[in-house]
Amino acid sequence: MSGHRQPLLMLAVAAVGVALPFVIPDYRAQIAMLWALVIMAQTWDITGGQTGYNSFGNILFFGVGMYASVVVQRDVGLDFFPGLVLGMVVGAGIAAALAVLLGSMILRMRGHYFAIATLGLGIAAGEIAGGWDYLGAGSGLSPPLFPAPPGTANLFFAYLYFGVAALVFVALAALYRTRFGLALNAIRDNEDKAEAMGLHTGVYKVTAWTMAAFVLGLVGGAMGNMLGFVDPRDTAFAGATFGVWMVLMAILGGKGTLWGPVLGAVIFHITQELLWTHLLGWQRVALGVIIVGIVVFFPQGILGWARTRWPARHEHQGHGSERA
Amino acid sequence: MSAQLTIEGATKRFGGITANEDISLEVPEGRIVGLIGPNGSGKSTLFNSVVGYHPVDGGSIRFEGREITRLRTAEIARLGLIRTFQQTHVFVQMTGLQNMAISDAEAGHGLFQLMRPVSAETRERAEALLAFCGLYGKRHLMAGELSFGQRKLLELAMALMVRPRMLLLDEPTAGINPTLINGVIERLQRANREFGVTLFVIEHNMRVIMSLAEHIHCLAHGRLLASGPPEALRNDRRVIDAYLGAR
Amino acid sequence: MAANVALLGDAPFLILQLLLDGLMIGAIFAVAAYGMALVWGVMNVINVVQGELVMLGGFIAYQLTLWGLSPLWGVPVAAIVLYFVGAGLHHVVIRRVADRDMFISLLATFGLSILLQQLMNQIWGGDVKTAQSGLGTWFLLDYTVTVSQMKVAAFGGAIAIGAVLIIFLKRSRLGQAIRATAQNPRAARILGIDTNRVFAATYGINAALCGAAGALVVMAYSVHPYIGLPYTVRSFMIVIVAGLGNLPGVIVAGLGLGAAENFAGFILGVQYQVAFVFCLLVVILVIRSTLLQRRRQFLK
Repeated sequence: MSGHRQPLLMLAVAAVGVALPFVIPDYRAQIAMLWALVIMAQTWDITGGQTGYNSFGNILFFGVGMYASVVVQRDVGLDFFPGLVLGMVVGAGIAAALAVLLGSMILRMRGHYFAIATLGLGIAAGEIAGGWDYLGAGSGLSPPLFPAPPGTANLFFAYLYFGVAALVFVALAALYRTRFGLALNAIRDNEDKAEAMGLHTGVYKVTAWTMAAFVLGLVGGAMGNMLGFVDPRDTAFAGATFGVWMVLMAILGGKGTLWGPVLGAVIFHITQELLWTHLLGWQRVALGVIIVGIVVFFPQGILGWARTRWPARHEHQGHGSERA
Repeated sequence: MSAQLTIEGATKRFGGITANEDISLEVPEGRIVGLIGPNGSGKSTLFNSVVGYHPVDGGSIRFEGREITRLRTAEIARLGLIRTFQQTHVFVQMTGLQNMAISDAEAGHGLFQLMRPVSAETRERAEALLAFCGLYGKRHLMAGELSFGQRKLLELAMALMVRPRMLLLDEPTAGINPTLINGVIERLQRANREFGVTLFVIEHNMRVIMSLAEHIHCLAHGRLLASGPPEALRNDRRVIDAYLGAR
Repeated sequence: MAANVALLGDAPFLILQLLLDGLMIGAIFAVAAYGMALVWGVMNVINVVQGELVMLGGFIAYQLTLWGLSPLWGVPVAAIVLYFVGAGLHHVVIRRVADRDMFISLLATFGLSILLQQLMNQIWGGDVKTAQSGLGTWFLLDYTVTVSQMKVAAFGGAIAIGAVLIIFLKRSRLGQAIRATAQNPRAARILGIDTNRVFAATYGINAALCGAAGALVVMAYSVHPYIGLPYTVRSFMIVIVAGLGNLPGVIVAGLGLGAAENFAGFILGVQYQVAFVFCLLVVILVIRSTLLQRRRQFLK
């Protein structure tokens, strides 16, 4: 994906995103979910792919956003839309604050210890929410209903998530062109060297994770209303579904690339939706097989594979400022 | 001549092993100073202590009048004291230019200073230094695709990109094709002369260090054995014995 | 919460009760942890599917009761079945990820854990299962402290399993090959040890350990398709605290964790017991990494 074709591709994807809810109106809920998954994969890749800090617990921020948003909507007493917006913003804010707090403690660990610590955080959050009466404990919470027929609700969420996904994409494309993006890559490649060159690695890592947390908080903040219920372990802190999917989608498309997570999310979501209808009862088992299969046999991802297949395309576009 | 780096009584132990014992030496500003000694004599340990990779157990280290004994690696690097590694450390999945761009200390390491694309000035300086190190033609290659010697040169270029006050070079010619060694020596001398960078160099290759350094310190068994100009050390009985393994 | 603490002060027999219960399940944690340390040390894989293997062992023992057999048979049967499950998993998945970046093996075993959860959920359903061993209860100290005989048997069983494993590793040829490979895989290969077979056997033995432990769990406690992960995390914590290849450490850490968890469950409320386990994991990691940071080292 060389530099001058990037805008064309982005325009094409944007056009698809705008048209899709009207081309296949029966699938608006799935379209909304697709863009939400795209965002999850994109944000996971900020630390996972670009910085080399593989988190298994980013679902924490999604779930915190979801709970915070629904609690705000429950307790503040605004109308649906102002309540939703306030809820999303509060959720994102709390998620970001948590990322700063936890990140400054656990981002000092390297490699798999960070991965396992984040896994622990994600599950602990679900367990705490599942025991806390203020959050509805095990039975969860019911968000306010969308004040219009379900078809309209899904249209709204499809465009909401598409908008966020597009913004995140553009923002990340810009971010990865800055020296901050290079600093993250430097940490990924050799953190000791990055420190030896005087980089404030700790600050950058926490910042990167906080960015991911903020966006995931936003996504979670609307997801409760879209799904119609908040459950501690099955929707909010769903480590075995969204939590691992975001890792998987980024890997499937190609870690550490701008388009990889998008591509991975699209392919994964379509595959999963197809499985859903054909393998009644066994779809979760099949998903497990897919996860293991991708990790074992295709860890470099589609773009990683393409890069080794056609290395020439990448040779002349490494301008320090211009990357795929 | 004023001492830019002052090491006083540096002692470093690992478990029961004393890697550095009561080492005191100075590196004057603007010079090229060598650090030699047989394998295991504690040279790299001393470097690691100086740059804050691990703190010393005793003694003190001052850089340009400032106490740096307890500072961390990145803080010391920001004072302009940069080290390179014996086994090269570069950012392998980034291009040569990207390696250089992130090393530009002048463009800043603060979060907000980083939040902008690579500037034209950074790029020009990076290209000039890559040309200085003979890597201009390879600037778009991933650092991981470079040969070992080229990576060493890239690491030198990255260090110069910081506009360091002093470079600690850990065996800059080890593992490099002998025909390229003279090129490295010449570049180090030019860096010292043209950019005014003090060099403190660990080197095993006697021919290299004798022609490069103006003053040499020799370690053996974790202690400072001898110091002096190259000719003096070359004929020093203790140094010869240390290298031949006699005690 | 404070009331619960006060209650402990008023009724010392409660402390004894919690301590006993904790120590008894702690022995089972130690067995699973020892298996994890074995796989980690020998093949450099952190086996996230550990807890699901324990659950699978429990479900196999449960299945035996459905066929009219005593669940006690479950201990050897689950061990044998799980050995082959483990060797099979190694052949299909683990051997392909063992020598790669540890993140890949973490993710692959995490994927296996999700897969096994779903498979067990599909086969045995999503309810909590127990198997009645037919053993009764002892009452101590004037009926203030109850001791389930099955829990005592499970405690003894866990110790016996551990003892068998240690004798096996010390005495048998395969055990020696495993230990040699753990110390230096390359040297072992040069000495003519088929390291791939050693890896398969190691993984199989670990699975067998988990299976036997799971059979004890289903009799003394209960199993459920989705509660494997806490067992994984417990094993991991125990190994981190004790260090690889430190058997006494594993036992002490296992028993200690069992006791700590029981007290936490009592004080915080039983609904937070699992949350406590995962929070403790994070706390332990943060403490260890902070201590290392003082020496300019990192947890890695």
